[in-house]
Amino acid sequence: MKAGAPFLFEIGCEEIPARMIPLASRELKVLLEKYLGAERILDGASLEVFGAPRRLAAVCAGLRLKQEDVEREVIGPPRSVAFDSEGKPTRAAESFAAKQGVPVAALSTVSTPRGECVAARQVIKGRAAAELLGEILPKVIREIPWPKTMYWTGASGVRFIRPIRWIVAMLGNRAIPFELESVRAGNFTVGHRFLGKSRIPVTRQDYVARLRRNFVLVEPQERREKVEREMAKLASDRDLQVNADEGLLEMVTYLNEYPTAILGHFDPGHLELPEEVLITVMRGHQKYFALRDRRGRLAAHFLAIINMKRDSKGIVRAGHERVLRARFADARFFWQSDQKCRLADNLPKLKAVTFQAKLGTYAEKIDRVRSLARWLATHWQSQGLNDTGMLAADRAAELSKCDLVTGMVGEFSELQGIMGGLYARVQGEPEDVWQAVYDHYLPSGLNDALPRNLTGATVALADKLDTLAGCFAVGLAPTGSSDPFALRRAALGVVLIVLDRKLRLSLSETATQAVKVLLENKPGLKVTAGFEKALRNFLVDRARFIFQEKEGLAQDEVNAALAAGSDDLVDASERMRAIREIRKTPNFDPLAISFKRIRKILEKAGPQTGWRLAAVQPELFEHSAERALHEAAGRVAREAQEHKQSKRYREALQGIAELRPAVDDFFDHVMVMAEQEAVRRNRLTLLAGLLGEFSTIADFSELAPAEK
Amino acid sequence: MKHKVKLERIKGPTFQELILQLETFWVQRDCVLQQPYDIEMGAGTMHPETFLRVLGPEPYRVAYVQPSRRPADGRYGENPNRLYKHHQMQVILKPAPSNIQDLYLESIRAIGINLRDHDIRFEEDNWESPTLGAWGIGWQVLLDGLEITQFTYFQQCGGVDLDPVSVELTYGLDRIAAYLQGVESVFDLRWSASERYGTVRLAEEQQFSAYSFDYADGKITRNLFDLHEQESARLLRAYAEAGPEEKKRFPVIAAYDHCLKCSHLFNVLDSRGLISVTERATLIGRVRQLACGTAAAYLDQRSGIVQASEVSA
Repeated sequence: MKAGAPFLFEIGCEEIPARMIPLASRELKVLLEKYLGAERILDGASLEVFGAPRRLAAVCAGLRLKQEDVEREVIGPPRSVAFDSEGKPTRAAESFAAKQGVPVAALSTVSTPRGECVAARQVIKGRAAAELLGEILPKVIREIPWPKTMYWTGASGVRFIRPIRWIVAMLGNRAIPFELESVRAGNFTVGHRFLGKSRIPVTRQDYVARLRRNFVLVEPQERREKVEREMAKLASDRDLQVNADEGLLEMVTYLNEYPTAILGHFDPGHLELPEEVLITVMRGHQKYFALRDRRGRLAAHFLAIINMKRDSKGIVRAGHERVLRARFADARFFWQSDQKCRLADNLPKLKAVTFQAKLGTYAEKIDRVRSLARWLATHWQSQGLNDTGMLAADRAAELSKCDLVTGMVGEFSELQGIMGGLYARVQGEPEDVWQAVYDHYLPSGLNDALPRNLTGATVALADKLDTLAGCFAVGLAPTGSSDPFALRRAALGVVLIVLDRKLRLSLSETATQAVKVLLENKPGLKVTAGFEKALRNFLVDRARFIFQEKEGLAQDEVNAALAAGSDDLVDASERMRAIREIRKTPNFDPLAISFKRIRKILEKAGPQTGWRLAAVQPELFEHSAERALHEAAGRVAREAQEHKQSKRYREALQGIAELRPAVDDFFDHVMVMAEQEAVRRNRLTLLAGLLGEFSTIADFSELAPAEK
Repeated sequence: MKHKVKLERIKGPTFQELILQLETFWVQRDCVLQQPYDIEMGAGTMHPETFLRVLGPEPYRVAYVQPSRRPADGRYGENPNRLYKHHQMQVILKPAPSNIQDLYLESIRAIGINLRDHDIRFEEDNWESPTLGAWGIGWQVLLDGLEITQFTYFQQCGGVDLDPVSVELTYGLDRIAAYLQGVESVFDLRWSASERYGTVRLAEEQQFSAYSFDYADGKITRNLFDLHEQESARLLRAYAEAGPEEKKRFPVIAAYDHCLKCSHLFNVLDSRGLISVTERATLIGRVRQLACGTAAAYLDQRSGIVQASEVSA
């Protein structure tokens, strides 16, 4: 029977940045589990954590009140030394017993690898959980990792995200005594800043309920559901729908201890502004949700989430509406003043905007992106992709960065690209051009939308490839978690666009072109040695990630296909799919095992120059299995080659899998490492040919056998 | 549409009453009531009563209004909310008391805001001034979605780690007054019982917007920047070379005055669009060097004076 007691721990704090709370609560759980587990008082019980703006909390139904006693046996001197011939304890035995704190009579004898020895049995008394917690909890508080910490009592004080003002630490009905920066842990928590009491006694059992009565919904899920429920109600009352925004919903969940949705209104005249602008203004500064009518059009309403019970006098709503009026007035000012000149008129201004110190200004970057976009567009045309014009790609690339110096993007940087697209549209640029400008920063993540037309894909690729090539060239490749130019995202975007549109592109050729353009644009640029190879590997690594995480392919399938060629990712992806289908057929696993075996044999035989013949010599065959394999391989190779050329990888692999009986037969009857050198070399040459021939679609030796 | 509120009905204090209420509140909490500094600056933080006082160990409490000039924010008096010059109420409490958030909220109540009728929140906003080598951790305080105060626990100033930590409260007086009076444009604010904000200030807004966007001479402004920089740097060098006696009354604060001039002239050049991105970082670095040099000299001078007084005692 476990002697368990409920545990409650709350760190009371001045307002924690909302975006940090979810991760910090998870870290709190990890740290508590680590230390309580190590001290054997958690005992498999589960911990639950909560996070709200002014508190991080953890609760557990039952912690052990005391560690279990632990028995320990200490081995002492050999029995022959500890006892004399009459069986009386010697000085050695006495001093050992004294050292271990037991009477001599309590010594026992154990057999050890060095013979019979005396031993002392010690019982280490378990410590009380309350005492242990008094040591663990301050340590946990100090160790919660934050992006940026502060001190508040003095330079030598504890660092935390914001000042800690109270601590609740309860085991059963007793407070765990400890102190941190003059804050004594106790059993009093604090309610809502304006609606709750400021000194509320709590226990594990009544913690959530008492806080709720004091207008703190400590469980994030409850807050989230309240927001969703109230928003849906307010919207449906007016026959509207909430503009879904998961990121914003998460934000308001952690910005409020008692979130309440209120509906506000704005002048419908503002609806003339593009909805991207309206939504960004509402979301960015004010954290409002936009609403749409049945036809999907933006409505002249918004939802604000306030940290109060209600807004009975309408004062809060009136205040929010007033602030939004001023924000919209600003946005309208930018929208109008930005259009006093045409987008392209901003090009000269970009000569004064630095992209990166060594890589020059945005004006220079645009020149490079244009050049690369034209090169790519020509490439697509030679592939028969006729829905892009070189001129459109060039024009979109030229305009792509012109919005960086507009007032709107100066105010709302998250609208870069989008504003350029919108301004290009009202200034009469063709659809594929303005859409390409609008979309060229896409995708921003693994599951984000991609440029909607090929011109956009072209400019997006050119922009990202230039950033990648440039940054790698001047030694700004990402290291560890530091990636200030978001190169991982850029590379991810390149691969996603290439795969989505099935663009046939040689990675090495493209990287070389990007570097060529860069060096023409910035002659004399000092480049880092080996950066082109590093860049290529970086792109292939991102591809590896995407194939596994997004396309759901197994690691060994990805590796097998990439080992056989990674320069054309669309081709690699088709080969992966073929492998995935074919590996389920019965011949495949055994064949993969045989290929592994062949690889090992060849590796053992040493460098190929030492044994490889110009061609297999059938007259050196000693066994019919050799001849059979040679002939089957020749036939299958011819067929596979044909299939391969018409990209029928599945059929090609199917054919190769049918080699299995011939391979098995060969290994059953033929000893590769024959004594006679000529025979041996002939056999090795046969196998080397086989491996080489059939590894151009997939390297079978990378494939793990299916688990039975 | 029930509970519709006519903002016009909310009268609120005049602009000068608001200042008086906040000053009274903080004077009652043992603050020195200081006056605005007589050199152009972008924020109340640059006032020596903040920049220098937060350095070193001596406790201090001070409150003052600082007219703050931001040349790039000028709109010729045509925008209802953006101003070339706005007014900050600056409060420094050193060390930061543990009930500082409650104290702050009391001050909000003192200007007539019923906390239970509003949505008041503290949203993450860390303050940083690269020109001053200063940064802190804190929030912007929002009143019904309107940013009314910057609330900062200073961590570093003039490149020096602060011990103890000071808390800085910066109230945006113009927008708070506009909210309380329920006017859409600051120019419609009642400054006193008889005068509007526009009557008092519009001409200044128009002229200084015109000066910083259209008239300021780039070459002359650059020359002025260089001259003030030279003078500040010369003083800081002279301080370093001065003997202990000379140091006691050495004009370290004068070096800081010239640093403040540089900071403002930088802002003028910026609003004229005369600073490229790369030059920007260089110029900021030059001002920061003066600010950090002043901070170091100030601390050195203070500790010399403290030691001397201990010896004589």
